[in-house]
Amino acid sequence: MALRVAALEQLLTDKGYCDPDTIDRLVELYETRVGPHHGTRVVAEAWSDAAFRERLLTNASRAMAGLGISGMQGENMVVVENTPDVHNVVVCTLCSCYPWPVLGLPPRWYKSEPYRARVVREPRIVLAEMGCDVTDDVEIRVWDSSADLRYMVLPRRPADSDEMSREELAGLVTRDGMIGVALV
Amino acid sequence: MDGIHDMGGMMGFGAVTREADEPLFHDDWERVAFGILLQASGHVGFSDDHLRAHIERIPPLAYLQASYYERWTRALESFLEERGLLTPGAIEARVEKMVAPARPDGGRATTLDDIEEAVARGASTRRDDAGTAPRFRPGDRVRVLNEHPCYHTRAPRYTRGRTGEIVSDHGVFVYPDTNARDLGECPEHCYTVAFRARELWGVEAPVSDIVNVDLYDSYLEAVETPA
Repeated sequence: MALRVAALEQLLTDKGYCDPDTIDRLVELYETRVGPHHGTRVVAEAWSDAAFRERLLTNASRAMAGLGISGMQGENMVVVENTPDVHNVVVCTLCSCYPWPVLGLPPRWYKSEPYRARVVREPRIVLAEMGCDVTDDVEIRVWDSSADLRYMVLPRRPADSDEMSREELAGLVTRDGMIGVALV
Repeated sequence: MDGIHDMGGMMGFGAVTREADEPLFHDDWERVAFGILLQASGHVGFSDDHLRAHIERIPPLAYLQASYYERWTRALESFLEERGLLTPGAIEARVEKMVAPARPDGGRATTLDDIEEAVARGASTRRDDAGTAPRFRPGDRVRVLNEHPCYHTRAPRYTRGRTGEIVSDHGVFVYPDTNARDLGECPEHCYTVAFRARELWGVEAPVSDIVNVDLYDSYLEAVETPA
């Protein structure tokens, strides 16, 4: 595959469709600047500022743009909130749609056949296997990203975090918590 | 199309395995493949709809054996060949000439900040909704048409023929089914439809659970609610 991709890069560079320099910068961007640390900032802001939380749940892309977070695969974001009665979990059964600007590029398990096939059908079992214990009295809502909306979960704010700064709060949030396969 | 990619609800794949300390890319070629796709797509008119449509045409066995970025690369190759932008066999011929994966010499023309700005703008498929009235409103009962087109569609098989409730109308978006076939953007309303787990999977499913699916207007028909 390495040879094949190198050959494709050469051919497309010859035709002027891409250039190795821009390719390197694009990849570097996703390696160094885009990632779940953006999502954790969004969550910390929503936990700290009730008005921001409202804006986030109403029009997530606009609210995130206010924090300087936007971009490819996040043009039309929807944030869904976990509550004592509802737990949300995100999947893309048809391919692997994922909110890049807030979570970065998806991990392998998210793109894997078992996750895509099973989480719509038996979310409770999949979540339990992944160490995310949702009790039977909590409703599970699965979000299948089948069109061009991209989903992120707003986890519940942990108890005993009242005195924490936004930075400390962001440190509590995990990528898997924002997909909905972990509790925060 | 009813392909292997449409796997929501399938059984037999086993447990979800998470990798500890997973790297962003598992091999150098994956980095390059990712970058090629991001940059070249705009130049050759390769939209996400085309990407998905071409991934879906990878034969099922090859699809299951290929990694994520391998599927991307195969899809781009098949698109370029279909458009006459790449001669069939050109990649193999170029590979023959290479002994090691040599990358062209690039220099440093662009900066990370330039790239970041372009990426931050993104490319929304949302379109002006002034001229397109929604057929459904939140609370409406709808059924997904039991259609099995042989081309690209975004109505997952597990929803077809099933009844759900409109949760929200997200406005008007490019319609993938026509866009992927170069028949035009034909923008239409896209809704989130909530399905009860039992409606999809039968009585074994927990009563309270919900699967929300984003579906385009053309996929749906109204269900009369008894007076």
